[in-house]
Amino acid sequence: MTAKPHLDREHARHLLGQMLRIRLFEERCAELYTQQKIRGFLHLYVGEEANAVGIACALSAADSIVSTYREHGHALARGIAMGPLMAEMYGKANGTSAGRGGSMHVFDRATRFYGGNAIVGGGLPLAVGLGLAEKLRGGAGVAVCLFGEGAVAEGEFHESLNLAALWKLPVLFVCENNLYAMGSAIERTESETAIFRKAESYRVEAHQVDGMDVVAVEVAALGALERIRGGAGPQFLECMTYRFRAHSMFDAQLYRDRAEVERWKERDPIRRFGDWATASGLLHVADIEALREAASAEVDAAVAFAEAGAWEPVEDLCRHTLMDAVPA
Amino acid sequence: MTTTYREAIKQAIRDALNRDERVFLMGEDVGRYGGCYAVTKGLLEEFGEARIRDTPLSESAFVGAGIGAAMAGLRPIVEIMTVNFSLLALDQIVNNAATIPHMSGGQFAVPLVIRMATGAGRQLAAQHSHSLEGWYAHIPGLKIVAPATLEDARGMLWSALEDPNPVLIFEQVNLYNMEAELAADAGAVPLCGAAVRRAGRDLSLVTYGASLHKSLVAAQLLATEGIEAEVIDLRSLRPLDDATIMASLARTRRILVVDEGWRSGGISAEICARVAEQGFYDLDAPPARLCGVEVPIPYPKHLEDAAIPQVETIHAAALELVRPSGRST
Repeated sequence: MTAKPHLDREHARHLLGQMLRIRLFEERCAELYTQQKIRGFLHLYVGEEANAVGIACALSAADSIVSTYREHGHALARGIAMGPLMAEMYGKANGTSAGRGGSMHVFDRATRFYGGNAIVGGGLPLAVGLGLAEKLRGGAGVAVCLFGEGAVAEGEFHESLNLAALWKLPVLFVCENNLYAMGSAIERTESETAIFRKAESYRVEAHQVDGMDVVAVEVAALGALERIRGGAGPQFLECMTYRFRAHSMFDAQLYRDRAEVERWKERDPIRRFGDWATASGLLHVADIEALREAASAEVDAAVAFAEAGAWEPVEDLCRHTLMDAVPA
Repeated sequence: MTTTYREAIKQAIRDALNRDERVFLMGEDVGRYGGCYAVTKGLLEEFGEARIRDTPLSESAFVGAGIGAAMAGLRPIVEIMTVNFSLLALDQIVNNAATIPHMSGGQFAVPLVIRMATGAGRQLAAQHSHSLEGWYAHIPGLKIVAPATLEDARGMLWSALEDPNPVLIFEQVNLYNMEAELAADAGAVPLCGAAVRRAGRDLSLVTYGASLHKSLVAAQLLATEGIEAEVIDLRSLRPLDDATIMASLARTRRILVVDEGWRSGGISAEICARVAEQGFYDLDAPPARLCGVEVPIPYPKHLEDAAIPQVETIHAAALELVRPSGRST
C-alpha cells in the first residue's frame, strides 16, 4: 500500500473527535429510547466507531455510501448533520428522511448516502448498481458498501461480489465483522469464518483489518480506494470489530459471555487511540476533554433540534409513495 | 407496416437507446443469445457491450444493480426471463425499489423499468407459466402494466422510461408472435387508463394481456347470438382505471372479469370489490369472474388449455351472465 494518512495533530483531533461524536450521539440515543422519545428498533454501533471514521476519512465527495440498519456512525462520519439525524430518530419532519425512515433508514442525497438498508444483504446489489452507473458515465466516484458479517450468508452477497468483480466495478465492500449476526455467533453460521477468503474466491483483493484501530482502517481504505481508482476493480475489507452493546434495545444478550464483552472493551477504539495520541504527544489530555465537550454540546443541540421539530402532517402520509419527478 | 409484438418491443428499446444515452439494457442472455424470447436480437451488435449487458443468473443482484443505477441517475431497462424467476429478485423489487422513494422522504427516485414474460400457453409447466402480475399490483410504489397490443408494447416502454417510478412491464408469452399493423411513428402511450377495445351494451368483459384477444373473439361469437359485449383492456393493473370500468358497467350493467391469474386474492378479486364498492347500484347481476384454475400450470397441452381462460369458456361465462341457464328468459 502506498497511500498513507498524514497523522498530524489536526488529523488526530479529527479522528478522535469523529469517534467521540458517534459515541456520545448513540449513548444519548439509548437514553432517549428509555424515555420513549425514540421508538422501534434501535441498533447501536458503540465499539465499532473506528470503522466508520477510518473509512469516511478516505472518501471524497464524489463517492457514495450504502449502509445498513446500524448506520448512525456511518452517517455522522460521512458528514450528515447531527440535528437532522437525531430528528430522524424521533420521526420528525425535520429529520433526514422527513421522519419516514427512522433509525434504520437514514438517507442523504447531499452526501450521497444511499440509505440504511434493513434487509441484511439488501444493500449490496444497490452498491453494484451505483458502481455500474459510475463506470458507465466515466465518473471517478467509488461506491462504498458497508455490511455486517451476517450478510455474508445471504445469496445477495455472493451474487454482488461476482457481478462487481466480473464487470470490474468501482465498489469497495467493507464487511464489519462484529462476530454476531444478531445473536448467532459466526462459528454457528459460517463454514468458513475467515470472511475475506470468500471475497478472494471471486478474485477480489481482500484484506483483514483491525477494526478497533481507526488508523489501520483508514490506511486500509486509502489503499483499497487507490487501487479501485487505478482501475483494479472492486476491493474488499474485513474489519474485525465488536459491538459493546446489545444487538437492539430488546436484546438480553444471552448468547455471549460478559467476560468476552469486557475483553473487547479493553480494545475500545476511542480510549486506545486517545491513549496512543497522548502518549505520542500528538494530543494533550485537555484536547481530548475539549473534543468530548464539543461533541456533548453538539448532541445537546441535536436533541433540541429534534425536540423543536414538527410532525409530518397526516395529510402527507402517502407523499413520495409515487414520485412526481426525479429529484434534480 | 405489419410487424410483430416482439419487434414492437425491440423497436421501443432501440428508440430508447438512441434517444437517451442514460438508457441501457441488462438481463440474462439479452446480448449474445439475443434474448430468451428473441426480443433483443441484434441489439448487442448495434449498441455494444456497455449498453447491452449480459448478466449472470443472479436476479437479485442485477435487479438491485438496476435500482442502484437508477438512483444514481441512469435509466436502466432490466429484463427478467419470466415472472417465476422474478421471485428471486422479490427482495429488491418490493423492499428496495418500492420503498426507497418514500423511506428516503423523497430524496431518491427509482426510475427503473423491469420487463418480464408472463403467462401460460407454451407448455412450459409450473415454473415458467404463472401469471403473478396481480401479485405485484398489490405493492404501493410500483406501477404495473400489461401491454396487449403492438401500440402499447411500443409506447408503454417509452412512457415507463420517462416515469420517475419503478415500472414493471408484463409481456404475455403468446403475444410475442402476434402480427398487426403498427405506424412507423407510433409514439408514447400513457401508463394509466384502460381502453375500450370493443363497444357493447349487454355486458362488460374486463381483461388484459393475452386474454384480451380471446375476449375479443368471444365477443364476436356473442354478437352472432345477438349479445353485444363491451371489451375493456385494463393495460395498467396498478393503478387501476376505476372510472373506465365503472363507466362501462353503467352502460352494460353486467361485468365479467377475465384473468389468467388465480382467483383467490387476485386482481379479479380487486376489480370485483371495487365494482361492489363503486358500482353496486348499476349491477343487474352479480359480478362474475373467469380466472386461471387454482393449480400449478401443467405441462400437457390439453391440461394447460383447461387451466386458463379460453374463447369457449369466456363465451360460456358471458352467456351465463346475460342469459342465466337456471332462469327462463
